Amino acid sequence: MGPARRRPGPRGHGRGGQGPGVRRVRPLWWLAGLLAVIAAGVAGLAFGPVPLPPLAVAAELLDQIPGVRLESGLDEREAAVLLRLRLPRVALGLLAGAMLALAGAAYQGVFRNPLADPYLLGVAAGAGLAATAVIALNAPRVLLPSAAFAGALAAIALTYLLGGAGGRERSPAALILSGVAVAAFLQAGQVWLMQRYADDLREIYSWLFGRLATGGWSDVRLLLPYALITAVVVLLHRRELDVLTLGDEEAAGLGLHPRRSRLILIAAASLGTAAAVSVSGLIGFVGVIVPHTVRLLAGASYRAILPLSMLFGAAFLTSADLIARTAAAPAEVPIGVITALFGAPFFVLVLRTHRPVTL
Amino acid sequence: MAVARGRRTLAVILALLTLGGCAAEDEPAAPAASASAAYPVSAGGVTLDRRPERIVSLSPTATETLFAIGAGPQVVAVDDQSDFPAGVPVTDLSGFQPNAEAIAARTPDLVVIANDINDIVRSLTELKIPVYTAAAPATLDDGFRQWRELGALTGHAAEAADLATRTGAEIDKLVAGLPARERPLTYYYELGPELYSATSTTFVGALLGRAGLANVADPADSAGAAGGYPQLNQEFLVKANPDLIFLADVTCCAQSAETVAARPGWNTMTAVRERRIVPLDDDVASRWGPRVVDLVRAVTDAVAKVPA
Repeated sequence: MGPARRRPGPRGHGRGGQGPGVRRVRPLWWLAGLLAVIAAGVAGLAFGPVPLPPLAVAAELLDQIPGVRLESGLDEREAAVLLRLRLPRVALGLLAGAMLALAGAAYQGVFRNPLADPYLLGVAAGAGLAATAVIALNAPRVLLPSAAFAGALAAIALTYLLGGAGGRERSPAALILSGVAVAAFLQAGQVWLMQRYADDLREIYSWLFGRLATGGWSDVRLLLPYALITAVVVLLHRRELDVLTLGDEEAAGLGLHPRRSRLILIAAASLGTAAAVSVSGLIGFVGVIVPHTVRLLAGASYRAILPLSMLFGAAFLTSADLIARTAAAPAEVPIGVITALFGAPFFVLVLRTHRPVTL
Repeated sequence: MAVARGRRTLAVILALLTLGGCAAEDEPAAPAASASAAYPVSAGGVTLDRRPERIVSLSPTATETLFAIGAGPQVVAVDDQSDFPAGVPVTDLSGFQPNAEAIAARTPDLVVIANDINDIVRSLTELKIPVYTAAAPATLDDGFRQWRELGALTGHAAEAADLATRTGAEIDKLVAGLPARERPLTYYYELGPELYSATSTTFVGALLGRAGLANVADPADSAGAAGGYPQLNQEFLVKANPDLIFLADVTCCAQSAETVAARPGWNTMTAVRERRIVPLDDDVASRWGPRVVDLVRAVTDAVAKVPA
């Protein structure tokens, strides 16, 4: 590509915000993010297909704190609904939402491409194919996260290699197009598996559209360690992501190892995506819409985008899940349907009311 | 109480004896009388000029029915999912992805399918191969109609009619032997660990309704948008607290009374506490063939054990 390589304008105003003068709105957005998470969490606990009196919910939750004794008035089954089903489901939504949005933000930074997300890059398809194979071949379910991780890494490696046919620098379009091709190829394999093992169709099908359910706290325990590793690794590299947006030579000039940083970030983001995907299925749109919205609202520095994406991603997915489990109660709506149905129009709205920021 | 229980036991014993007798009757070659039925025969939208001698069945249910009505010797090939009765001519043909050329290569004079996938009916009709579609029925009587139509088409009308009549009578007897209750028992029928279920509008739901059971899944698809097979919410199920849980996902998905009891919150349910989780045979539970009696018996046995 050489001379046509995209570059974020003259140095000095590429970082930290758009146009001349760095916007300093971060404290406001931190507060908004925290409030969104709290509001989504509280709503997720207070409402559900089984009506529980909000005061009783509060009393029962406080009763769990050692030393506090409160009579909530919930019967045993209602208490089980709250503590063993609703509470872990909200926790899972927060974790998975934070993971998907964080991974999306990291990919966008690594590939210097605002459209990069686990779906367009084929990562989700790779994780999906591997997970489908685990289900179809009746392998132990504990293998799901590692299989999904292997699939995710293989897919993004393939996308990266194919998208870079023109040289060391990947053009955004070539990368996305090869991601789409890789995703289509892997999905074909998945469909083939689904057809061969038709008995498992319901399980695979349910998983393809995403669902935060079934396992209770065990799913949360499964995801938590991977989420922590991903969050720590990606957040520690937030400055590197900002520098990478300047271009590889500039980054190297600033004493960075662009390739090494990239590999670490790709691995961490893929691990987070794969872990989230393995417990909650394929949930689209979170990874591209949340970081993008955050960028439009709060500025272009990854020091803000990464943590804010985690907060808003957590709030977004928890809210989507609340809709998924109440909209057609007592039936379930796949959460992937909700994230697309509400996320996409909201995203377009934000796009239209805010001037897009160049990366 | 004691009398009721005695009567129930008697009913169960009687039912078992009858069934044992029937099972024995099914085996030997059927009398050839009905085979001489005059062709051409029309049934279920298909007309045959001759008795079919090379039948290809792409539906496990149809395979079971064909063999039960004595048309087994005429069946030359069945799909990869047909596994009953033992010794059926299994091939790699697929009912999910029917391939007209592969089917035509078996030179069939009748093809039985469950679903018109990939426009297979049109393709086979163009090849002048008659196709009978045995779609999943909504009711038991609808299922019996299919049996009779298959009987007419294959030259076993009398056996098919006899099988339908006997099956109906056996089911009636099983259901009649159940104790009367003030409040109907409630049940949850599980198709998969992702909590897919079947409402009363489905074939299996209607069947369990005949045993006097109330389905907790009904409110989840009252408008029928999910075709009677909604995916249920876990919270709702725990709160609904069914008296009985039927598992049709034992073989496919390794579910059992233990795995169900281990699900979060489920140990508060009556069905789990009272050990009223009933593992079914996945295949029997999802087919509408002659073994439907086995399904009803598994259900009525479980219901009879719950004190009235």
